[in-house]
Amino acid sequence: MKGRRGGREETVTGRKVEREKNTQWSDPQQAARDLPVAQSSHLSISTFPHLPASSPSLPVSPSPRLFLFLITGLVLLYGVIYPNLQVVVSSLQRNHQWSLANYAEALSQSVVMESVLTSLAVSILTVLFCALVGVPLAFLFERYSFPARRLFAVLAALPLVLPPLVGTVAFIFLCGESGILARLVQSVFHLETAPWSLRGWTALLLFHTYTMYPFFYVLTTAGLRRIDAGLAEAGRSLGAGSVYVLFRVVLPQLTPSLIAAGLLTFMTSMASFSAPLLFGGGVRVLTLEIFTARQRGDLELALTETVILAAFSLGALIFFQRYEGTRKFAAAATKGTGRRLRPITGGKARAAAMVGGLIFASLLVLPVATLVMVSFARDGRWTTQTLPPAYTLANYARILTEKDASGVFINSLSMSAIAALAALLWSFCVVTLAMGKGRRAWKRLLSLLVLIPWALPGTVVAVALAETYGKPSPLLGSYVLIGTFWILPVVYFLRFMPLVVRALQASMEQLDPALEEAAGSLGARWWQRFRRVTLPLVWPGAAAGTLLAFVIALGEYVASVLLFVPSNRPISIAIASELRDFNLGAAAAYGVVLILIIGVSLLVGARFDRTRA
Amino acid sequence: MAILSLKNVSKHFDSTPAVAEVSLNVERGEFFGLLGPSGCGKTTTLRMIAGLEKPDFGTIEFEGKDITNLSPEHRGFGMVFQNYALFPHLNVFENVAFGLRARHKPKPEIAERVTSALELVQLPKYEKRRVDELSGGQQQRVAIARAIAIEPALLLFDEPLSNLDVALREETRGELRELVNRLGLTAVYVTHDQEEAFALCDRTSVMMRGCILQTGKPRELYEHPAQISVARFLGRNNIIKVTRLSSSNPPFSEFKTLQGDHTLRLPTRDNELASMNKPSVLAIRPEHLLITRNSEGSENVLPARVRELNFAGATSSIKLDANGLQLEALVLQSGSFAIGDSCFITLPAEWLSLLKDGGGTETV
Repeated sequence: MKGRRGGREETVTGRKVEREKNTQWSDPQQAARDLPVAQSSHLSISTFPHLPASSPSLPVSPSPRLFLFLITGLVLLYGVIYPNLQVVVSSLQRNHQWSLANYAEALSQSVVMESVLTSLAVSILTVLFCALVGVPLAFLFERYSFPARRLFAVLAALPLVLPPLVGTVAFIFLCGESGILARLVQSVFHLETAPWSLRGWTALLLFHTYTMYPFFYVLTTAGLRRIDAGLAEAGRSLGAGSVYVLFRVVLPQLTPSLIAAGLLTFMTSMASFSAPLLFGGGVRVLTLEIFTARQRGDLELALTETVILAAFSLGALIFFQRYEGTRKFAAAATKGTGRRLRPITGGKARAAAMVGGLIFASLLVLPVATLVMVSFARDGRWTTQTLPPAYTLANYARILTEKDASGVFINSLSMSAIAALAALLWSFCVVTLAMGKGRRAWKRLLSLLVLIPWALPGTVVAVALAETYGKPSPLLGSYVLIGTFWILPVVYFLRFMPLVVRALQASMEQLDPALEEAAGSLGARWWQRFRRVTLPLVWPGAAAGTLLAFVIALGEYVASVLLFVPSNRPISIAIASELRDFNLGAAAAYGVVLILIIGVSLLVGARFDRTRA
Repeated sequence: MAILSLKNVSKHFDSTPAVAEVSLNVERGEFFGLLGPSGCGKTTTLRMIAGLEKPDFGTIEFEGKDITNLSPEHRGFGMVFQNYALFPHLNVFENVAFGLRARHKPKPEIAERVTSALELVQLPKYEKRRVDELSGGQQQRVAIARAIAIEPALLLFDEPLSNLDVALREETRGELRELVNRLGLTAVYVTHDQEEAFALCDRTSVMMRGCILQTGKPRELYEHPAQISVARFLGRNNIIKVTRLSSSNPPFSEFKTLQGDHTLRLPTRDNELASMNKPSVLAIRPEHLLITRNSEGSENVLPARVRELNFAGATSSIKLDANGLQLEALVLQSGSFAIGDSCFITLPAEWLSLLKDGGGTETV
């Protein structure tokens, strides 16, 4: 009873703040916060209904509840449980006999063991470097004020909405051995050959750090915002120096955020595919091994490796979930002293901060700028010069007018829209069930099942679906999903629906249960309560989650490359094939258009949200 | 004939009992209070009346009909929540109109009833304001207007004034009482503030640990608490451990104090029959003690010494030691006494209450 009341008061104070936060969609930091972890990290309540306060006490009447239950159950059965079980079962069979032969074989091959170790090493190093970049950056932007701080703070989260494949391509144009930087160095120092080659460990780690440090940056920022500044002040007043306070007061409270960021980075890095594919060089990571095994036709080996990779990801997911729960103690401190930014006043320090910020900003923007420049380069004319010598609109003209070339936009837009809308509708079913009455163990299971496709690498999801629905199956009868248009919308839905569910659930948890109760006591039936009270209040969060899922699905490459067919060729595949044909300009143009579509979607979302508020 | 009655209602939250076998009757037109410390189950009781929680056991009847399992939207009770629970996405008019729209009332009627509800709470012309632009007191009024706009059969209040500052709380309290009287409504009012309950309610139940300890008019509760816990909860009280003397004969009972060895006499009431020679407890309010220089009369007069003087504005409290029995008195003027002075304390028999010991676990 006490906990229930306390929770309710907390939601009341949090409500207005939350609404304001939701009005900034165009802000990549906001987009980042809508990522599953980030979302829950700055909200006091995690996915799992630990707190009784989060469950509205008014029940949904039984018949709609049964309907919700059926829909949720069927989607999870077809999309999550069956395909993943199928993969595990197949990996444990040889010629329809139970056997561990696949594992014995896989583990006896040095290549496989090596790729497991390589993946782990890459991921651990990635986590380390990302923490080294992201955490200080968060402290800098959260604790100090200096000119243009806000702009830099927003820019810092930018890589999160950059599709990994586009980021990879942009990186190659900028830092690759025939990229602009390499050519610049070569021409300045009159070198015979390229000064470096963007291959191997260095390249991979550099790129991973560039794309994944925002996890640390965003989560640390959120964690810092939650910490009661009064605690640090109390520490100082007790005679502790600022360094001592940092290590004994601030960092311990940040630990859950840091661990969550680390696990998230680890999972993303284990799943990374485009970067190792394009410039991994000799670094044979597990995702790449699965892909090549499949291409070779060694399906059994691919399946076995998939299970191994999935085991690592799910292990990380389970750790991740555990740490989500412990984050609550930090969230408890909602009242207290407000934070005050420490202004950097000294002239030199101020200038240093500005210059540092500018360098940092340009480092972030440079790959995208390069992409834009290359997209205007005339194909075939850019040979040895540092910058492309001739510019043209021909690349854009080609990809936007040629029917084959422009079809990919229609494909990606329609498939992503279908997936995102389906995820939105479905998330209402899941969240209603997850927040309603019921056994806690069941709700935990529900949350876990929902998160699995998001935690699993895209490669694993794709392989599981291919394995399950590539032949007539007991669940679909003679219908073979693989090879149809619908396979990609289904994959996009499965991979990104957790984002929508989490966003919606977070909004629902912010909702003061007393509001629905008030509506009930005023005579509103469950449908009226939903339409007139719940929906309008959770809409900003739900829409933001849906938009994020849509935007990420637009650039999806990892699963698409394994499953696409000519009728549903998405943008990412077009980029990859232009790249393979050395049509650099066209590849870049595709990338730029994709970034534009993503930017416009986020802006429209922000505008739409503002008009509602 | 009670309009609302709860019969042996119990509720558990995960194996912690929140409300245990609560029975109460509310009369038509009555302003009924549920008073108790936080966590005593009063809010849970109110939520069960509203239909927001379902009792595990027991029944709730309204106008003679069993409404235990009726969902809140079918009860037609207005409720004012502690944090007001105003819909943040709706303006003042839409908030107040919510219940009427849910009932599909025609538009002109809605407009008329919203306007009159807002006039009743003295917020006319606020229709178009956003609720987050309003002050706490104004939000409170909107919440009340919203609850009365549906012309509720019963009005429920869950500590509605606890978020207001002291001055505003007292002002709103008076207005609330007047409003409910004027509309002839029946109200159940939950609060932890004794003063609020006494000022507002016709009758009040004191709840502790999920049980109702005593129900009665404010004056009865204050002057004649039935249990130690009630006596302690409702303001300051001198709690005196005594043994009933076997020699006592109705209509008077005699008690021997454990400390100080004094004899106290009070009239026996029908319901107060403490067993002979067993420890029991008497209570008397500090303001009911009389302190004099000289012994006046002989009944219940104890010689004492002034131990401590505390000036507190209008009144002063005097702590006294009567041969080992520690007592506290509240007087308007303490000027004539100084620490160490001898004096006599009179404990008027009509102000002494014999308490039921709530399970005997209370330490006095």
